[in-house]
Amino acid sequence: MKLGIMVNEGPYTHQASDSAYHFTKAALAKGHEIYRVFFYHDGVQNGTDFTTPPQDDRNVVKRWSELAGEHGLDLVLCVAAAQRRGLVDEDEQKRHGKTGHNVAPGFRISGLGQLIEAGIQADRLVVFGD
Amino acid sequence: MLHIVNKSPFTAGALQSCLRIAKAGSTILMIEDGIYGALDGTAVSGQIREALGDITVCALSHDLEARGVNGKVLDGITLVDYDGFVELVTANDGVQSWL
Repeated sequence: MKLGIMVNEGPYTHQASDSAYHFTKAALAKGHEIYRVFFYHDGVQNGTDFTTPPQDDRNVVKRWSELAGEHGLDLVLCVAAAQRRGLVDEDEQKRHGKTGHNVAPGFRISGLGQLIEAGIQADRLVVFGD
Repeated sequence: MLHIVNKSPFTAGALQSCLRIAKAGSTILMIEDGIYGALDGTAVSGQIREALGDITVCALSHDLEARGVNGKVLDGITLVDYDGFVELVTANDGVQSWL
């Protein structure tokens, strides 16, 4: 089955991202297709490459990146939410004259249309948030 | 229909709203702090026990264990792991998160 996932909260503040990660992993292990993971609102903080949690703590961002690498997941950060919160890719860096870019591997910035498309194309859309 | 409740019934009205709206034959899955709604001997236990006739109530074992309350679950509530969570999502024709 095709599943869409939506994450509305950032890492380390709420369990939503952890729950979404474990759900996604379990769904992939059962042979389901993850059509897209859409990160909205504070959820975009899951995609910053600048996080450096203590070594003995789980690295929520890296964990998503690795899962995307293994399974070719489409991890999408909402552009408007990302701009408000300082999530910048190379294109946005140039466009806005910023000093760096910080979108973690496996993530990309795109629009809300990607969420709508996931809602239409996936058989189920599972929302994690607060 | 699968209803996902992730808030404690003692801090938010999500479970109450869900119980009011959920139709007979549907399933409620309690995750995160929502699992506090699955415990025996609380102010909402009676209401959950009543709902169990028409509604299937499940709780995520991972989140019960994380909070140290896995031994305190009401009789009649089904414990599921993440595999079971995925199965509930695919077996029901729709999923509603009560955020």
